[in-house]
Amino acid sequence: MTLGLINANPVVHAKKERHARTDDPHAVDPLDIYEHVRDIRDPEHPYSLEQLSVLSEDSVTVDEKLGRILITFTPTIQHCSMATVIGLCLREKLKDCFPPHFKVDIKVAPGSHADEESVNKQLNDKERVAAALENPNLRQLVEECLYSSEL
Amino acid sequence: MGGSTECVKHIELYVNSSATSLQQEASVNAIATLLKNDTLNIETLVREMEMYLTTTDHIIRSRGILLLAEVLAKLTSKPLTDTSIHSLIGFFSERLADWKASRGAIVGCLALLGRKKEVGMVTDSEAKAVALSYLQNLQVQALGQHDRKLSFRLMECILDHYACAIRDLGDVLLYGICEAIDEEKDPDCLVLVFHIIESLAKLYPDPSGPLSKFAQDLFEILGSYFPIHFTHRKGEDDDNKREELSRALLLAFASTPLFEPFSMPLLLEKLSSSLPSAKVESFRYISYCTTQYGSDRMVKYAQALWSSVKEATFISPQSTVSAESELTGGMGFLDNDMMTQAFVLLQEVMQQDIIFTNLVLSDKDINIFVNSLIESTDFGDISLLLRQKLHAAGHILSVCAKSSAASCNKVFESYFPLLMNALGISPAKPSQKSYLDDDCSVFKLNFGALYLCIDFLGACRCLTAFFDNFTLVSDFANQTWCAMLHRFSGPLMKGFISFLGSNIVDSGHNAFVYLCVKGLQTLSTFPESFVPVSKHLYDCSLLMLVSIVTSEINKTFSWTSALKALVEIGLFIDNCPDSGRASSYKSTVVEKIVFLISSGDITSSSSLKLQAAYDIGATRKEFMVRIVQGLDEAIAVHFSAAYELGNLESDKLATELLDTYSNKVLPWFLETGDSEEIPIKFALGIWANIENSRCINPRPPDNASNLLGATMTAMKKAVGSCTVEGQEMIINKSYELLLESNCFESMGFQSDNCSSKLKGLQQNHNFGSSTYRYEWLISLFASVVIALRPQACIPNGKMMVQLFISAILNGHVSSAHALSALVNKLPSKITGINSFRSISLEEVLDMIFGSFFRTSSNGSMSGNDGHEIDLSGLKLDTLRIQSAKSNVVIGLAWIGKALLMRGHVKVKDITMTLLGLLMLDGNIGDSNQLQEWTEVCDEEYVPQLMKCAADSFHIIMSDSEECLNRRYHAVIRPLYKQRFFSSVIPILSSLVVKSESSSVRSMLYRAFAHVVSDAPLTAILSEAKKLIPILLDCLAILSMDVLDKDIIYNVLLVVSGLLTDRNGEEAVIGNAPRIINQLIDLTAYSQSMAIRETAIQCLVAMSELPHTRIYPLKTQVLQSISKALDDPKRIIRQEAVRCRSAWYVIS
Repeated sequence: MTLGLINANPVVHAKKERHARTDDPHAVDPLDIYEHVRDIRDPEHPYSLEQLSVLSEDSVTVDEKLGRILITFTPTIQHCSMATVIGLCLREKLKDCFPPHFKVDIKVAPGSHADEESVNKQLNDKERVAAALENPNLRQLVEECLYSSEL
Repeated sequence: MGGSTECVKHIELYVNSSATSLQQEASVNAIATLLKNDTLNIETLVREMEMYLTTTDHIIRSRGILLLAEVLAKLTSKPLTDTSIHSLIGFFSERLADWKASRGAIVGCLALLGRKKEVGMVTDSEAKAVALSYLQNLQVQALGQHDRKLSFRLMECILDHYACAIRDLGDVLLYGICEAIDEEKDPDCLVLVFHIIESLAKLYPDPSGPLSKFAQDLFEILGSYFPIHFTHRKGEDDDNKREELSRALLLAFASTPLFEPFSMPLLLEKLSSSLPSAKVESFRYISYCTTQYGSDRMVKYAQALWSSVKEATFISPQSTVSAESELTGGMGFLDNDMMTQAFVLLQEVMQQDIIFTNLVLSDKDINIFVNSLIESTDFGDISLLLRQKLHAAGHILSVCAKSSAASCNKVFESYFPLLMNALGISPAKPSQKSYLDDDCSVFKLNFGALYLCIDFLGACRCLTAFFDNFTLVSDFANQTWCAMLHRFSGPLMKGFISFLGSNIVDSGHNAFVYLCVKGLQTLSTFPESFVPVSKHLYDCSLLMLVSIVTSEINKTFSWTSALKALVEIGLFIDNCPDSGRASSYKSTVVEKIVFLISSGDITSSSSLKLQAAYDIGATRKEFMVRIVQGLDEAIAVHFSAAYELGNLESDKLATELLDTYSNKVLPWFLETGDSEEIPIKFALGIWANIENSRCINPRPPDNASNLLGATMTAMKKAVGSCTVEGQEMIINKSYELLLESNCFESMGFQSDNCSSKLKGLQQNHNFGSSTYRYEWLISLFASVVIALRPQACIPNGKMMVQLFISAILNGHVSSAHALSALVNKLPSKITGINSFRSISLEEVLDMIFGSFFRTSSNGSMSGNDGHEIDLSGLKLDTLRIQSAKSNVVIGLAWIGKALLMRGHVKVKDITMTLLGLLMLDGNIGDSNQLQEWTEVCDEEYVPQLMKCAADSFHIIMSDSEECLNRRYHAVIRPLYKQRFFSSVIPILSSLVVKSESSSVRSMLYRAFAHVVSDAPLTAILSEAKKLIPILLDCLAILSMDVLDKDIIYNVLLVVSGLLTDRNGEEAVIGNAPRIINQLIDLTAYSQSMAIRETAIQCLVAMSELPHTRIYPLKTQVLQSISKALDDPKRIIRQEAVRCRSAWYVIS
């Protein structure tokens, strides 16, 4: 494990206002998904992914007919080793919040990470995700991020 | 003495170092009681305690002293002799020097100094001795928090109660206090410290007295606390504590003008800080200090104060656009805290000295801003910042103008001519006689100038309203502003009027329209003694506003603002009784509006017009009476057009008019009181209308139901708001009309007639017309009866009851309401001389049961025990028979409700009959009457009848808007629902167990569901254990039929009530698996989203139960919830996620 923080001084943005949605139609849309993932805590800091601009409304795309969700997140720094943890958190969260027939793809935004290709590969590999979640340390870290009440 | 031994025991218990605080308190109370009932006197106590009070062991000594002190604190209302007080206070003040035992000494001093004169109090010299000892011996800052608090309280007490005694201590006192309070940090203590300083300032008010030497030192201590800000927040009451501290500090700051040289620089410095909260506080403090320090001292800060106010409000305005901004033409702003406080400060200083006005007026920034704004004419160009600045500048200048007549003069001199010039308005020439000439046309559209001008007018109005009470009119005339206003108000008003009248007004000019309307409103609401406009112009402006209200309904913005202005003007007239204006308002506005509603062209957007009529009427009673007159006329016209000719337009209109009447006008009169005339007149008017129109347009009833419904509601409300006499008048009139129209004969007490008439309805339209008329008559008559007060006398009760009974048999529900109202309110026995007109409850019930369950007259079903429904006249027509039976069931339900509400025993009979009907299918009801019922019925009709009987429980349990409520003076016994619930539920549940037929069981569950869902939750909770299994069966059976979703929802709400209540938990735990299974089924109930949502919420509530009970169900719940994650509705999906995470963490 690394010593010290990877990004010691992240830029914190304001939380956006939330509105209870009353509009029809009721199809699954990006905002719907964003509502679920915006409050995931960053593995390093007591801020949400939204506050650190790791995610925004535009980073989610969804195709309800094909049952596909694509999330593209932006790590705060190029060499962020936490990118994989963030990806794991997103995957776990979506597994809880959406029916199993949705296929979830998680990617880092193009050019936002030094090791983009391998991170993407790692995040979308079923075996490796399952293996990662078997690791008790990682599992604990992910759960802390998902169920944290620090925010 | 018995007391002394007992007290020794308690003393020992207290002094013992192992005693807990509870035990100590008990000992203190015990000793205090002994002293209070004189079993022990204080001298004996002291003697007994001598050892503890003087021992060299400081722990025991301090406990002993504290015990004595606490006992004394309990004796505040027991008289003590002067000698004992003298020796005790001497002892305690001496003990203050004993730092190891000082707490007891402080508490003791405090207890003795706080005594009232009647029970013996400390003398002045003794108090002074305490103060001296305090100042010499007590090192307050070296004590613990609680002791510090006590010693501050002691000082506070001395300052408050013995101020004269210690006044000559002077420097010693001040020095001692400075030393004691220096460096204090605890919030509770600080509140006391601030109060001590305030009291000190009161003690030495002399500006050259001893306080002047110490003012700087004291303020140095005090100033370091400003602004109050907690760096370490602890709990929720931080905000309250902060408020309290800040208020105390504010009072201390402003306590003496001697602080001014030190406090003002500090506050001004904080004003320039970057912390917004510090700025807000500073503004607040300065505003208050200004009033306390006096204007002489404040003048030198004028420049500095003005520049900080300007900075906060004008240079960088922080106001936000308010929600109503649209309604005010884009100029509605909400000031933030800082601006609000800054304006308050400005107002304070303005009232102190005119120098501030001069400063504002000579300010270059404002001057340049106003001039440049006036030059740009287009409102579209003005940015948000400019608008905010304009808002601030307008506010500043109007505060100036409002503060005094002199400053108002100055403001007007500097700006008013400029504004008028920019608007292109020239003063009225005295010679000019004719108003509203063409040459005085529309002013120049200059938004800035217009806005400021309106602000000025508003300020003038405030000023005149302020002076109106105690200044003569002649005083005004000498003022410059007054003269200017007089010269310009006429042309201004003309300008406004002609602008509003011109056709350039479109949606782009909303802001101008708003300002013009507001200008007219302001100019029209100046007090009478100061009228800047002539009566003619006043009338013109009213006329203009009215014409907007009457003709420009499609321009929503102008319409609403004009209506609002008219209402304001009306309210103003009402406030100051001013006959001239009232009459011109009445003749111009009210008459126009009345004309509008009574004339034919009300058809388009009538609801808005009625709204306008009501709003304007509501400003004054006199106006409302006139408006009501107009409404009455309009109702008469349209009602007869709809009723006789079947005019659809009129039908719609009459309905709307009647709705306005029942929803707005009648409640208004009810609120203002003494208004019986109006409802009586209205009710009689409706009857007169019916009477005059002998024929009625034959139409299928479904089209007319709206009008009939509206008329009935209005009639009910009108009758309901009358007194007994009024009601009797109305019922007599309606009864006469009913007699005249042969209603009784036509409806017939003989079922034969009735049925032939009904057949006539189906076959022959000529008869149909008269039947329709009878329906009207009976419905309206029923409405009158429903709203009667219990005391009202009714004419010929028997006939009436007969009439209603036969109407019920024909399926007339309102008659059932009326009959139930009668049953609810009639006296059970007749006494006195009224009896020849009235009828008692028993008679009515006999008649009802007699005709509902009567042996038929033609003998076809004779030989029974006299309890069948009379079907003799109806048996010819199967359809009729069936509906008559359900009509009887509905009628019975209403009668049952009425009896239940007044707590009559016969409700039991009705309940049993209904239950019997409910089980028709199951052969359980083996009584003769029910067999008869089944015989007559078609086989296929039985289920429908059973359903009807089950639903009648809903009628009995639910609250009704139509009748039997407080508004219609029903007799309501408290807790009647509980009573019914607890008597019916055991029967129902035992029947459920016994019944074999599934259809009967489902009907029983249906009835059960109705009873449970309307019963109060507390009643259900007490029976929860028994009820839950039945509730679950109920849900299971009901969910088979899609039509029952409302009932399911109600039952589900009851279940969720049980789940969320602590008291229901035990019963829920016992049935957890069954409940969860049922809820899981309901999460997939596709017909209703509300049911799915509630079911999921219930599941979330279930996850709170003890984990051992619900853990086995976890997998099952999670599986079913994952289906809900795919729900078509978003809300359900969100609830499902919540539920899933709640269950997921169970382990």
